[in-house]
Amino acid sequence: MTFTKKAIALVGALAMAGSLAACGGSTSSSSSASSDTSSNEKVTINVWAWEPALKNVVPKFEKKYPNITVKLQNVGTNKDEYTALDNAIAAGSGAPDVAQIEYYAIPEYAIKSQLKDLSDTSAKDHQSFYTPGTWASVNYNGGIYGLPMDSGPMAFFYNKKVFDKAGIKSAPTTWDEFYQDAKTIKAKTGNYITSDSGDAGFYDSMVWQAGGTPFKTTGTDTVSVKLTSDAGATKFTKFWQKMIDEDLIDTKTAGWSDDWNRALGDGSIAGLLTGAWMPANLLSGAPSASGNWRVAQMPQWSAGETANSENGGSSLAILSSSKKADAAYKFLDYVSHDSEGIKTRIDAGNFPSDNDTLKSSDFLNQTTLTDSDGKKNEYFGGQKFNAVLAKAAANVTTGYQFLPFEVYARGIYADTAGAAFTGKTTLSKGIAAWQSKIVDYAKQQGFTVK
Amino acid sequence: MSTVNSDAVSATQSMGTGATGAAVVNSTTARTVTPESPSSQHIIAEDGSNRHHRDWRGWKFMAPFAIVFVFVFIIPVIYAIYLSFFTHKMIGGDVFAGLSNYVRLFHDQQFWSSVGRVALFTVVQVPIMLALSALLALALDSLRLHGMKFFRVSTFMPYAVPAVVSTLMWGFIYGAKYGMIGSLNDLLGTNFDVLNPNWILVSIGNINTWEFTGYNMLIFYASLTTISHSLYEAAAIDGATEWQIVKRIKMPELKGSLAITVIFSIIGSFQLFNEPSVLQSMVPGNTITTYYTPNMYAYNLSFMGGQSNYAAALAIVMAVITMAIAYIVQLRSMKEQMK
Repeated sequence: MTFTKKAIALVGALAMAGSLAACGGSTSSSSSASSDTSSNEKVTINVWAWEPALKNVVPKFEKKYPNITVKLQNVGTNKDEYTALDNAIAAGSGAPDVAQIEYYAIPEYAIKSQLKDLSDTSAKDHQSFYTPGTWASVNYNGGIYGLPMDSGPMAFFYNKKVFDKAGIKSAPTTWDEFYQDAKTIKAKTGNYITSDSGDAGFYDSMVWQAGGTPFKTTGTDTVSVKLTSDAGATKFTKFWQKMIDEDLIDTKTAGWSDDWNRALGDGSIAGLLTGAWMPANLLSGAPSASGNWRVAQMPQWSAGETANSENGGSSLAILSSSKKADAAYKFLDYVSHDSEGIKTRIDAGNFPSDNDTLKSSDFLNQTTLTDSDGKKNEYFGGQKFNAVLAKAAANVTTGYQFLPFEVYARGIYADTAGAAFTGKTTLSKGIAAWQSKIVDYAKQQGFTVK
Repeated sequence: MSTVNSDAVSATQSMGTGATGAAVVNSTTARTVTPESPSSQHIIAEDGSNRHHRDWRGWKFMAPFAIVFVFVFIIPVIYAIYLSFFTHKMIGGDVFAGLSNYVRLFHDQQFWSSVGRVALFTVVQVPIMLALSALLALALDSLRLHGMKFFRVSTFMPYAVPAVVSTLMWGFIYGAKYGMIGSLNDLLGTNFDVLNPNWILVSIGNINTWEFTGYNMLIFYASLTTISHSLYEAAAIDGATEWQIVKRIKMPELKGSLAITVIFSIIGSFQLFNEPSVLQSMVPGNTITTYYTPNMYAYNLSFMGGQSNYAAALAIVMAVITMAIAYIVQLRSMKEQMK
């Protein structure tokens, strides 16, 4: 009943005690960061990540660096990991050396100086190595706070069978066409072109794609929140309201629910505007629709444009409390920059964040996904889907900023804006309510709000 | 003389025999007053040091419990109260906040809406569930059912299923398109959706009723089995009908256990958490908000927003509210039983 911070921290610390004991001897070598790690001194680094592909990377890394042992732990997916991380940081012990941090959460940890700035490492020369969107996401207030791991450029995934049935020849290239197609599909098949029941990450990505920059942080303590006046945000809000009003998107089926997966499978939800990490999820969630789906670029606000945004994706970052930063950086570099490390992850289904992979012909010519039984599946009907997604990655615009408390802001999106999806309010009113909650929170947290 | 003696004795004598020891030592003075035992008790009561020692012995027996109780109950509560007087800011760290968390809480509409919601839930769901439990218990006790053991176990079974699992299960059943509700919709040509904002509280109530009816039934059933058979025999001799037996013998007996089940159910409802938080990811929009119940609000404040100090204030206020309600119910039921 009493959710006290230190009590939670204590539990976290106790949970960590096991892992500390496990790496016994090496914890004493706290000077290893300053001493030369290329010597024979053995180092163990603790890594918290939920990305399954890393399991395949660790043994290869340890083979290459025999003196470094990696203790990889999955302490929970995104929010759960951040909670564990906050507790460990609050407790002052038990925090890992390296943690998986999604791009949208980087500012939150960077502003509290909890992540190590990598500007004085080789990372400073990596700009051209990564896609513009992912590189911009790990840069914050002049520092580099992680190395991009995977990425999620937005794309339009659609069920071609349903589109064919409705007599639509090709995927929409503008939002106007998207609206018309939605009407046609609804009229001819009774299906929805896509679904949204109040997803904050989706809203952010769509505003970003519309050229909006509603959130800005200046210095370390000033934020501005302009959701109600930002041109991109209002443009998308208005468009989406029209889609809701005319019942052209499914607002009743909650994303990632069992019903949602089934609806993707039987075509009653005929499209998805989402990140490039979606293919593997489509295959596992809606296997029955194999062969029906295709990928296309995001529809544009004006014909001929190529604007795109990111949705999801994460980096590996070093905690500033880590005393083994050198070894930790070697791990980051191997996972995110070394060609062998990258290939291992891509083979396991990661969507790459580096330009080399996005240009490699093996990657671009891929037409199959590998299911959980190890069988090849032409889910996209033989389409070279990665070629589309690679182009989507190159089109991501930079300049969008996340809030320094994005995790919380997204958490209360459904409370406020969510009412628009159950018909209790309009989206613009919901967004205004969201903004006022965000501003309240910012003030409570000691930020100056402009 | 006697005081010196009594001190010496109290130092050497163990506490259990302290009473007789004191009586013996004081016998010289006691003899002059009254030799009966009441006088010795009177003297012991005056003798502070002796009494003190006797208390300590009790504490030693208490220690295993007391230590655990202090560490897992008293200290966390005190610490939560302490925390509730501070506030943590991303910019500025921990600051003493006085009563401001409490002031904010009393003006927090989200908090009061969550309290109102669980209160409504309690008022509607608890009577339905307890009535069902009582009916089931009476049915079991009537000994007229076939497969009694199976019946008893199967009604109790849902209580043994973890709440998270049963909520997931019900979530699948509730699915308007592909769940059991969906199949019903297909069959009847309806478009019924129990996961929409207007029905969700009822749907949660249904899960809770399913989970806890068997548990409460068992409490009722246990109290029914304590009724002496001679009462039934007497009733039979007097020519009482089955319904009269239920009304005059069984129902009054159920009243006693009713107080317990009501208090348990009120506390349970006010702490509603598992069912709405699991269902949250299955429902659209703001059907289940982050402040849907007081417990969910406290959880989300501290784990999502880093506002554990405010959450601590909320937890304490909720504890006081719940205790107050449980206390009123208990007082009322005690009055009832006195009648």
